Amino acid sequence: MAEKPPPIEVTDPVTITLDGTPVQVQRGDLLIDAAERAGTYIPRFCYHSRMNPVGMCRMCLVEVDAGRGPSLQPSCMLECSPDMVVVTDSDLVKKVQEGVLEYLLLNHPLDCPVCDKGGECPLQDHTMAYGPGESRWLEEKRHYAKPVAISETVYLDRERCILCDRCTRFAKEVAGDPLIHFMDRGAATQVNTFPDDPFASYFSGNTVQICPVGALTAKPYRFKARPWDLSEVESTCTGCSVGCRIAVQSSRNEVLRYMGVDSPPVNWGWVCDKGRFSFEAVGGNRRLTEPQVRKGDVLVAARWSDALDAAAAALRGDPSRIAVLGGARLTNEAAFAWARLTKGVIGTDNVDAQLGDGLPAELLLSLPAATIDQTCEPGGTILYLGPDPKEELPVLFLRLKHAVLEDRARLFELAPADTGLTRYATRSLRYVPGAAAAAVAGLLAGGELGDGPIRVVLGRASVAESAATIVDAAMVLVGSGREVTFLPALRRANVAGAIDMGLSPALLPGRQKLSAGNASLGWPKLPAEGGLDATGILQAAADGHIDTLVLLGADPLADFPDRALAERALTTARTVISLDTFGNDSNRHADVVLAAAGFAEVSGTTTNLEGRVTALEAKVTPPGTARADWSIANEIAERLGTEFPELSPADLTAEIARVAPSHAAVTSAALDAAPDGIVVGAMPLTYEAPEPTHVPAVDSYSLRLVAGRSLYGTGTVLAHCPSSAPLAKPSVLRLAPAEAARLGLPDGGRVRVVSNDRSFVCDAAPDPGVPEGIAAMYLDGSASGPTAIIDAAAAVTEVRVEAGS
Amino acid sequence: MSDVPRIVSSRWDVPDAHTLDGYRASGGYEGYAGLRAALATSPREVADVVKEATLLGRGGAGFPAGVKWGFCPPGVWPRYIVVNGDESEPGTYKDRVLMERDPHQLIEGCLIAAYAIGAAQVFLYVRGEMAHAQERIAAALNEAYAANLVGRNICGTDFSVDIVLHWGAGAYIVGEETALIESLEGNRGMPRLKPPFFPAAKGLYMKPTIVNNVETLSNLPWILCNGSDAYKEIGSDTSPGTRLVAVSGHVKKPGVFEIPQGVTTYRDLFYDDRYGGGIRDDNELKAFIPGGGSAPWFFPEQLDMALEGRPVGAAGSMLGSGAIVVMDETTDMVKACLRLVRFFARESCGKCTPCREGTSWEEKILQRIYDGHGRPSDVDALLDVADNISPGPYPVAAWEAEGLAAVPFPPKQTTICPLGPSSVAPITSALRRFRPEFEARITRGNSIPLEAAHG
Repeated sequence: MAEKPPPIEVTDPVTITLDGTPVQVQRGDLLIDAAERAGTYIPRFCYHSRMNPVGMCRMCLVEVDAGRGPSLQPSCMLECSPDMVVVTDSDLVKKVQEGVLEYLLLNHPLDCPVCDKGGECPLQDHTMAYGPGESRWLEEKRHYAKPVAISETVYLDRERCILCDRCTRFAKEVAGDPLIHFMDRGAATQVNTFPDDPFASYFSGNTVQICPVGALTAKPYRFKARPWDLSEVESTCTGCSVGCRIAVQSSRNEVLRYMGVDSPPVNWGWVCDKGRFSFEAVGGNRRLTEPQVRKGDVLVAARWSDALDAAAAALRGDPSRIAVLGGARLTNEAAFAWARLTKGVIGTDNVDAQLGDGLPAELLLSLPAATIDQTCEPGGTILYLGPDPKEELPVLFLRLKHAVLEDRARLFELAPADTGLTRYATRSLRYVPGAAAAAVAGLLAGGELGDGPIRVVLGRASVAESAATIVDAAMVLVGSGREVTFLPALRRANVAGAIDMGLSPALLPGRQKLSAGNASLGWPKLPAEGGLDATGILQAAADGHIDTLVLLGADPLADFPDRALAERALTTARTVISLDTFGNDSNRHADVVLAAAGFAEVSGTTTNLEGRVTALEAKVTPPGTARADWSIANEIAERLGTEFPELSPADLTAEIARVAPSHAAVTSAALDAAPDGIVVGAMPLTYEAPEPTHVPAVDSYSLRLVAGRSLYGTGTVLAHCPSSAPLAKPSVLRLAPAEAARLGLPDGGRVRVVSNDRSFVCDAAPDPGVPEGIAAMYLDGSASGPTAIIDAAAAVTEVRVEAGS
Repeated sequence: MSDVPRIVSSRWDVPDAHTLDGYRASGGYEGYAGLRAALATSPREVADVVKEATLLGRGGAGFPAGVKWGFCPPGVWPRYIVVNGDESEPGTYKDRVLMERDPHQLIEGCLIAAYAIGAAQVFLYVRGEMAHAQERIAAALNEAYAANLVGRNICGTDFSVDIVLHWGAGAYIVGEETALIESLEGNRGMPRLKPPFFPAAKGLYMKPTIVNNVETLSNLPWILCNGSDAYKEIGSDTSPGTRLVAVSGHVKKPGVFEIPQGVTTYRDLFYDDRYGGGIRDDNELKAFIPGGGSAPWFFPEQLDMALEGRPVGAAGSMLGSGAIVVMDETTDMVKACLRLVRFFARESCGKCTPCREGTSWEEKILQRIYDGHGRPSDVDALLDVADNISPGPYPVAAWEAEGLAAVPFPPKQTTICPLGPSSVAPITSALRRFRPEFEARITRGNSIPLEAAHG
């Protein structure tokens, strides 16, 4: 089995005798783990090193003498103590193992030939290694209806189930979604959901992975492959910026499954369902497979040379009238190649990998950093000021939840409305959008945070309040005189890497300021002065000051908080060039569309929110003639007169290590040796805090809009995953029950949401998790969602809600 | 019956002993005198009196209650007392009578125990099926609260404790103390592994918890009133006091009897007119279960043993919960074995693989044999299936005629709790002694003796 006990540091060694050999182990470590670390695997079904042991499958029984004579003990629940004598292979132990396996197989259907798990099944493997070889069972087996869909993506086969409590324990203890349970008792015990209460957990796919038999199978993978036909590479999920390590598995050049890999500093083997099942999009039949060039009103397929010529022609003009948006989807290597093309060849600094929904890059690079492990330190103090982590950074949510529930961390949440984290928070405080800084100051002054270091998770709970208000809150913390470190909670997969590579105004690769220069770069030119950020770029484009706008995997119509501004920008810019894997709202406006290779099709590196660089591995070939983003950049550079020598992403990795001071240690060899990645050097920039933002006073007439993201909101990738796409639900406006009642809609109903001269119509619903004075809604990327009324220039978004449409 | 001391059953003949007035008016001392005696001394002294009295637990394991109380780790609060009123061992019905007839005695016992260990709360867990007992206790608790005997500042002292009545949902396994705690916490009743989850250290809500049986606690008022020396004058040296036994099966007068521990023999219980009054129809005794359905069986050779924990354990069984089931010569041993095994199979909680799968497998094999579809290999298969639940020699009584020695109690187990191994008791006992009956079923499809059909 791929599951291995997480590494530990032996601080309190004790000696035990394991099958006659003395070994040193950590006092208090579970015997099953200590034995495995010492090279002796004890078979098990229910034990999982990332969950609390229950000792119920009885497969791991060994003979232990702790001073009172040998007795059979479950090694998964026994802590190592000095002078313990352990025998894992006595005749009695072997008899018990045979007995347990015979019992487990009594009612098992033995339908291995048609079982997804066959070939990678612990029950099969243990039967082979420890089983009795034949059964004495003469009776009728148990029968159940099968398979039962217990969620949109997971099927349950109770006949195969061996009742190990792994899925049920995971749902209750790890995910916090106790939706699957044991029911009935004795031999009739079964796992099931309650009627009308499906296993609708963001983490349900993990149960499929940890199921030791084929009782839980994933709809997207069912009957797609036999495990021995799969080959795999280890990579990093780029669904969000947590950077969960995964195994990408494919057969016949088709990606068929992602499996969580236990990366101790990051994801502990868990992956959210959106990430796990996003492999469906990789081979999706609506991928862009060839470049397109606009002929009149329509985009038509073109040859690469023609498309690249067209793109290069549009990038030859006045650098100040050229801008590049996006880049957070890219690998570090592609981000570097595009930063070099933009700043070093074209000579413009109008570049932003963020889409007006993040935080200023220079602020992020100036803050003292905390890793996930440091943030979740046992007994520590966490201040959470950011988006709902369960919706936007699901596995970070699991780590925070674990820190609170299992590791005694104290978590203080500052949020405009309830989030998935609220029920786990030591205290959850509400603030009115725009007042984050005052809320932070109040919390600091109250003394509840204690005297120890404060780990701050910093991001934007809502794109309807400006980044500047969060910057103010961060500056309060920085100026507090306390030991404060920060974990940025920005959502897009490689936004940290894109910033590190210089895809942000006024920065150069390696966390260097443009104004300081970097002689080792050797680029033909550098922009003379700092350029525009995303909001500035779109404003300039809308005002007619941008001729050519490049969308690097960006869809500003769906993602930029102010849709009206993005629309004006896209229609006003003379030429729009889009590099993307799928068609989207924005690149329908494009003049040149360059088909890009996507995840699992290109190698390279990616950087998660901690600044941890991990390797991405290509597993399949891109569809059609789609090309890697970095090579498109180099092709365009060549057409603009500068040839770069790289032939592979590895060449670019080496170039980055050469020129980027923060990435000097990030070489291919170092990454090979460190599958959990390398956290890039902390070299804080200086950041000049702006004047505190002026936020208008709360009036009793308006509500303040809170617009965050949900896991299954819209997203291009999600839309192309047939299994997960149905989970996307239309967004509703959530109001405090009292507000809804005031509108005459105590049970919800149709409403018009108005802000200044803009409005949209949607459904409203009462939600006790939303305080009065707030209107909360998830972004849904549509023209009739919050982005229809958010003004990018305003500090907060005041809305009026009117019943009816 | 005047020569027999009665401690816990002293008020069973008083019609309204279950009311506070009845409780106060009846018996040899004034109601709640035991509690008042306790409150007049320090908690430590109360604990010492109980320890000195060697009050053995009456739930099954027979562990001294005073010693158990001492296992609470010092300085860890809050502590809880949980009363195990989930009496459901096959053949046992003594606690039900105690709860129905004398609920105030139990409440008083709870209060004394809570005072002694410093418990913040008492949880009284009553088996779901015992509706009458629940009603009687609920009514008694209301009376006691109204009389300021439970709750805040009891009897005007600074001692305060609440008693919470909890009704079970009908699962045998919840009689196991850790499963009972899980059930109280709102979870499925599934036992926890000991160690690490010894209730005295990590019990209810992971806090120190003392789980005591109804009968154990019902002894406390008498002990506090009369002192440990008086208690030790009753019964034998190692097992002082009395105990309740529930005799059922093929005796003329089944019932619950209070007997001095370690003195009365099984022969007395079955044949003495004060107790069972003889075997039904004056038949011969074939076998009997000395301590509830979980106990290995005894045979006529063991009739003259006194009911005392240690010797009974050495002889290959246990006193358990004091349930004695008598089987006369007409009993069909295949059917008796099947009936008991079926109980354990149905009541297995499903947590441990060997118990969940093994007990139902045993039941299926026995059912097949009983139905006349047995195979010659079934008997050995049955023994080996049982051996995988409870490996090694299983406790069983001696059979001198065959020169077979006793295997002492308790058995080894591959499971967390003893439910699975309990299913092995009837199999091992019946097969060792009555194997020909099983073989006859298998080969001839009928039973020995034939008249068992109406047994």
